[in-house]
Amino acid sequence: MHLQSFEVRAPGAPGPVGYLHTSPELAMKRLLAADYGSMYQIAKVFRAGERGPRHNPEFTLLEWYRTEADYPGFIAENLRLLEELLRPYLRLEAALQYSYRQAFVDYAGVDPFEADTGQLRAAYLAQSATDVTAIPNQDRHAWLDLLLTQRIEPRLPRDRLIVIAEYPADQACLARVSSTTPAVAERFEIYCNGLELANGFHELSDANEQCRRIDRELNERRQRGLPQVPVDQPFIRALQQGLPDCCGIAIGFDRLVMLAAGVDAIDKVIAFV
Amino acid sequence: MSSISTSEFRAGVKIMLDGDPCTIIENEFVKPGKGQAFSRVKIRNLKTGRMLEKTFKSGDTVEAADVVDTDMQYLYNDGEMWHFMHTESFEQYTAGTNAVGDNAKWLKEQDVCVLTLWNNVPIAVTPPNHVVLKVTRTDPGLRGDTATGGSKPATLETGAIVKVPLFVNEGDVLKVDTRTGEYLGRVKE
Repeated sequence: MHLQSFEVRAPGAPGPVGYLHTSPELAMKRLLAADYGSMYQIAKVFRAGERGPRHNPEFTLLEWYRTEADYPGFIAENLRLLEELLRPYLRLEAALQYSYRQAFVDYAGVDPFEADTGQLRAAYLAQSATDVTAIPNQDRHAWLDLLLTQRIEPRLPRDRLIVIAEYPADQACLARVSSTTPAVAERFEIYCNGLELANGFHELSDANEQCRRIDRELNERRQRGLPQVPVDQPFIRALQQGLPDCCGIAIGFDRLVMLAAGVDAIDKVIAFV
Repeated sequence: MSSISTSEFRAGVKIMLDGDPCTIIENEFVKPGKGQAFSRVKIRNLKTGRMLEKTFKSGDTVEAADVVDTDMQYLYNDGEMWHFMHTESFEQYTAGTNAVGDNAKWLKEQDVCVLTLWNNVPIAVTPPNHVVLKVTRTDPGLRGDTATGGSKPATLETGAIVKVPLFVNEGDVLKVDTRTGEYLGRVKE
């Protein structure tokens, strides 16, 4: 939804002939549906318009999937992987896990499931008088994202991996949704020293539910005046054929290198920007 | 008036905010992996000089401000307004108290200043970083005292009052940093 692709054009062709992928996720899920089993890939990915101290339009993702994995076990396995990778460079305390709700309550003083947009806005402004009137008051997701990136991330305990899990169901993306109340997404993020490192899912394998979410997203893109992108039909066919029960995660490789190198800008760990 | 998108925000870009021209000091791109993107921008209001922070959603647009910085020679003060001349076109501009503000005390005739013009009207005057001004009034100097490190106030020809070492006398010509108001040294005429 909030990712923009680069269009690929070819001489003589009237429109885009393809897109640079923003993640290898959909292609890898087609392979999973074809029973290739657990797999990983380190790939260059491309996201238009993302440029800042922690962002570059071209960057490297480590994306991997485990079939027949239990979801809590998959989180634990990724913590071990990241700790193993970072150990030569950082001293890390034992990882901590928060629910999305608990992280908001502890570090922003607001319940993200119960609060209305006015309360979210007030919680944001309570920590600093930064003028944010350019954000529409009723834009719930904007306030949640601002609270998470500007208020919570910087205050998370440092020198350890932090897991935030149990996202609101409407931020599930490609994750399964629990049958609990309130429904939460089986989605988690891993942070280290305020830096968002990884995003993982217990992968949604219900093709019908996936189609509904894609439709909803395309509708929202239309309403927001964002470019329409064609639905990845081979991906939908693969889901219909049957995606095995699996968990998957995307790890920002350059950010891992940033942590290992002890630098605060992505420009310092990539050769060309 | 043209509009500017957040993707074009960078230091020095001039935009309109709540009716005032502002300059962008710093723009930080913020985005959670699966969430919305924002621009966190540090901005200086060019009329008041005040700094503020503002957060925009990526892709938002704002009106561009027609603001330019131009070198101008300070000509004279007529008791109410300050008069400047463009160093190349010789066009003259008049700035009022709200544009000159505290910097009036550094303006010496014929010095070249930077005038910030908004829609071709001066809204700010920035004196040279270093100015050379004569002392018009100070307590008598202590001859030979160059070591004790004491200081005293001295009034300069433009009205500015700066702290100077004890050996400085009326009639001395001083070099002063206008950004800090600091005495830098004596200048031989």
